[in-house]
Amino acid sequence: MKLDAKIPQGPLEEKWFNYKKTARLVNPANRKKLDVIVVGTGLAGSSLAASLGEMGYNVKAFCFQDTPRRAHSVAAQGGVNAAKNYKNDGDSVYRMFVDTLKGGDFRAREANVYRLAECSLNLIDQAVAQGVPFGREYGGYLNNRSFGGVQVSRTFYARGQTGQQLLLGTYQALMRQVDKKTVQLFSSHEMLDIVTIDGKARGVVVRNLETGEIEKHSAHAVVLATGGFGKIYYLSTLAMGCNGSAIWRAHKKGAYFASPSWTQIHPTSLPQSGDYQSKLTLMSESLRNDGRIWVPKKADDTREANDIPEEERDYYLERRYPAFGNLAPRDISSRAAKERIDAGHGVGPLKNAVYLDFSKAIKEQGQPKIAEKYGNLFRMYEKITGINAYKEPMKISPAAHFSMGGLWVDYELMTTIPGLFALGEANFADHGANRLGANSLLQASVDGYFIAPYTIANYLADQIRVGKISTDHPEFDKVIKENQDKIDQLLNIKGDKSVDYYHKKLGKLLYDYCGLARTAEGLTFAIEEIKKLRDEFYKNVYVPGENDTMNAELEKAGRVADYLEIGVLMCYDALTRNESCGAHFREEFQTEEGEAERNDNEFQYISAWEWPGSLDKEPILNKEELKFEFVQPTIRSYK
Amino acid sequence: MKLHLKIWRQKNRKAQGQLVNYTLENVNPHMSFLEMLDTLNEQLIVNKEEPVEFDHDCREGICGQCGVVINGNAHGPLENTTTCQLHMREFKDGETVLIEPFRAKGFPVKKDLKVDRSAFDRIISAGGYVSVNTGQAPEANTIPVSHETAEAAFDSAACIGCGACVATCKNGSAALFTSAKITQLAILPQSQEERKERALKMIAQMDAEDFGHCSNTEACEVECPQGISVLNIARMNYEYNRASFLKFKK
Amino acid sequence: MNTLSRKIVMAATGLFLCFFLLIHCLGNMQLFMEPEHARLSFNAYSHFLTGNPLVKMVSYVLYASIIGHAIYALIITSKNKASGGTYKKDNRGRASKWYSRNMGVLGTVVLIFIVLHFQNFWYVYKFGQIGLDANGNKDLYAVVVAAFQELWLVVVYVIAMIALCYHLVHGITSGVRTLGLFHPKFVRWVNIVGVAYSVIICAGFAAMPIFIYITNLNN
Repeated sequence: MKLDAKIPQGPLEEKWFNYKKTARLVNPANRKKLDVIVVGTGLAGSSLAASLGEMGYNVKAFCFQDTPRRAHSVAAQGGVNAAKNYKNDGDSVYRMFVDTLKGGDFRAREANVYRLAECSLNLIDQAVAQGVPFGREYGGYLNNRSFGGVQVSRTFYARGQTGQQLLLGTYQALMRQVDKKTVQLFSSHEMLDIVTIDGKARGVVVRNLETGEIEKHSAHAVVLATGGFGKIYYLSTLAMGCNGSAIWRAHKKGAYFASPSWTQIHPTSLPQSGDYQSKLTLMSESLRNDGRIWVPKKADDTREANDIPEEERDYYLERRYPAFGNLAPRDISSRAAKERIDAGHGVGPLKNAVYLDFSKAIKEQGQPKIAEKYGNLFRMYEKITGINAYKEPMKISPAAHFSMGGLWVDYELMTTIPGLFALGEANFADHGANRLGANSLLQASVDGYFIAPYTIANYLADQIRVGKISTDHPEFDKVIKENQDKIDQLLNIKGDKSVDYYHKKLGKLLYDYCGLARTAEGLTFAIEEIKKLRDEFYKNVYVPGENDTMNAELEKAGRVADYLEIGVLMCYDALTRNESCGAHFREEFQTEEGEAERNDNEFQYISAWEWPGSLDKEPILNKEELKFEFVQPTIRSYK
Repeated sequence: MKLHLKIWRQKNRKAQGQLVNYTLENVNPHMSFLEMLDTLNEQLIVNKEEPVEFDHDCREGICGQCGVVINGNAHGPLENTTTCQLHMREFKDGETVLIEPFRAKGFPVKKDLKVDRSAFDRIISAGGYVSVNTGQAPEANTIPVSHETAEAAFDSAACIGCGACVATCKNGSAALFTSAKITQLAILPQSQEERKERALKMIAQMDAEDFGHCSNTEACEVECPQGISVLNIARMNYEYNRASFLKFKK
Repeated sequence: MNTLSRKIVMAATGLFLCFFLLIHCLGNMQLFMEPEHARLSFNAYSHFLTGNPLVKMVSYVLYASIIGHAIYALIITSKNKASGGTYKKDNRGRASKWYSRNMGVLGTVVLIFIVLHFQNFWYVYKFGQIGLDANGNKDLYAVVVAAFQELWLVVVYVIAMIALCYHLVHGITSGVRTLGLFHPKFVRWVNIVGVAYSVIICAGFAAMPIFIYITNLNN
């Protein structure tokens, strides 16, 4: 299939304007006759469901959490970017667009990225109007901080809980619509599959997580805003429930999956301390504004951090990237940390961490000032590790964090299945091969508030003639049966290994072979290993309990079963991209200094994978060529 | 470390529950409390027993999903800490640890340690929002908000909705949760228009959910992971009185 | 009525009763005077209180407050018992003061005391056999002195005043906040003033039976 991104004509600045000018509309009286299903109620899902509800559509929103306010957008700490230029430091929509495009290593669409920067302005307005308590200056105006990969201050924040505050803003907007009955909310419901009729997305099949009952819901359009799948690495900064199942099942129904291997490994999370560990806690990137990253110059140095004199410390980010120093982008910082750790300079009991040191900032600004900026993070660090980071440096290490990849979508955020849209982290669109800090909250919100309401209306405009879609269509029952069979299959394996056992094994394989650094040899090996693991899973997993009560193990089993399939596709994706770009670093393709070597001649495209129909076949690669009309790709240098 | 666990097991909403004894060896003091439960479940699964259902998600103290009563305290022995941020170093080798679900009439038990906190959603949907549609917002800096006001609003807005306040309240009162949202929106200039109606509607919904009265014992502030101040409750009372007094229409 | 308005009734009646205690305590300070002076002055004061129509009205408000406070306490407590959870092991007390959790118990002690107190003095004054003093007023002073010759009654009064003191310490801060005082600075002051108020008033009341018992030990 030829991929058409449907990018509007015209100059960069006018593309979105032109789109909105000509997009089709739905008459207000007709909107209540149109049903839209939104799966996922994080920033993207809640904001879209609320916006569509306000416009008068008939919306059903689903989330697996017990309330929308728990969606993992809640955990984003540092902030949200917007090109307001309140700091008068030379920011503009154009500069934000260039920063994001460059940060993504020129592997994103110009038009999408420009639109993201453009809509960032409205988002701050919207959030402030909703009562989001952003940080303010003493004069009462909004304050900003700076984040990795940029040279301006454009990050709006609400202490270290920006994601929480933005999510609560959209959650409240959503609950307002729930009260008005324009949105029906189904919490504790997990989407099992989408239902397509005549090639169009026409509904979903969901499982009520409390009763185990499988329900069918029809709609004129289905939106997946189900977040990222970084939890596939088992150890990640994501919530335990984050999963790739919704988008994977949509993929198996015909939606292309783009760049699955582009996973951002965040440089500042807490290091792993033992096998029992279930997640790696993220420490906000904003800490790098004042913290300095270093390792001992001597390998295998066993001294305490405070006993190592200044001249024996290697501030490797400042050394290698003097222009950006400790605020180098995430992929570069993580890789630099891995390079030092692999060379034996790692610190901590497992030698898997680097220091993040505030002593200089504390000396210069005083402890109270540092406490005001990062107090909650220092407290969190102490709660988890028992260490007072005002007295000795934090130990941090890289951890899987964000999926740049996701369902392929066109400019309208529609997947290759007509009527199926993907928003937020669930799509691949705006971040290229590496996401800049504080852009994920932005993308999720902008997709939900300002983009999808227009593009979905454009799609729905001629759906009014279709009339109500009935769930009596045999396709619904067929999909229910398939999923019921799958659940029964999992429950009846009755082997002797837990679901987590397989998840941990898969995570380790992926982290080692499809993580910070990849090789063709390693990836080929991992593909075979994951396939073997998958076979073993279906022979030997033990899923306790029954279907008709709450059963967390059954939920996990379904997700891990999908991860075992996604993992293989990730490796294929990494294997077929013979270049290094952004988060994707192939050891075969690096400069003499160890920097990523991009290959624009051969790989200036998005890999959009097509489901081949069965697990035995190799996935089918489709390419969407990226054209750069307005900015010429340059070598991404932060030196 | 070795632990003796007594855990509340209850098959579903209607079933009678009971405490069941478990013994767990090899508990690492650096484990979080939830990782200790993971380890227990792993052991149960290997022995073909049904694992313990408990609420959890982000495991970094912000989503508000986790929450059990440990040895008689909501979220366990540490003050102002979620269950996921509690680590086993707070317990002694050989200790008996009793784990129960959050209990209150407004929070029915769904299974084992999982409770239904959807009452909180309904309180928010009764009025805990600003009625601004997407696209209506004016430029963000049009209305200045003083640093102090923004910080005070944040202090109230920081609530994670875990429900520890209700669980620890002898009256099962949701006053802290409800008041935090009312206060946040009563302080900010952007949300003045619906101030009266918001307070009245949210309080009416709080009562409809069968939560108890606030006796100002202040226990909720101590157990709240975000340390939300009880003065929010006083502010809610003020807002309620103000709204009742100023309300002329029906 | 909702939970907040019920609490407002509790706060309003409670704070009114607190105010009454101040007046009551100040008036009764006459008991500390030299005995013959005290007799005439205290009896005259009692006569004034029973005769004045305005005071009469206030006294009805007072009775209504006591009854209202008690009835609402019952309604609120029974609702709270139904709403609150119970635990197999309960250590929730570590996060709050015992007297804030046991206002009902303290209030019951105070209520029983009030009944006893009415029976001791109000009933006798209204319906009992009572002599007249030099000014022709009913000699309530003699009744008071006679009553506090009994050590057990003195002990009961002192215990009741301790209960009342704790009831007031929580009641005043809680009541003021229920009425909507939320500013941290004023709340802090109210806390301090409330504790001082409770201690001074209850100590004053407790001192009366003790004083009379001790000064009459020789008789």
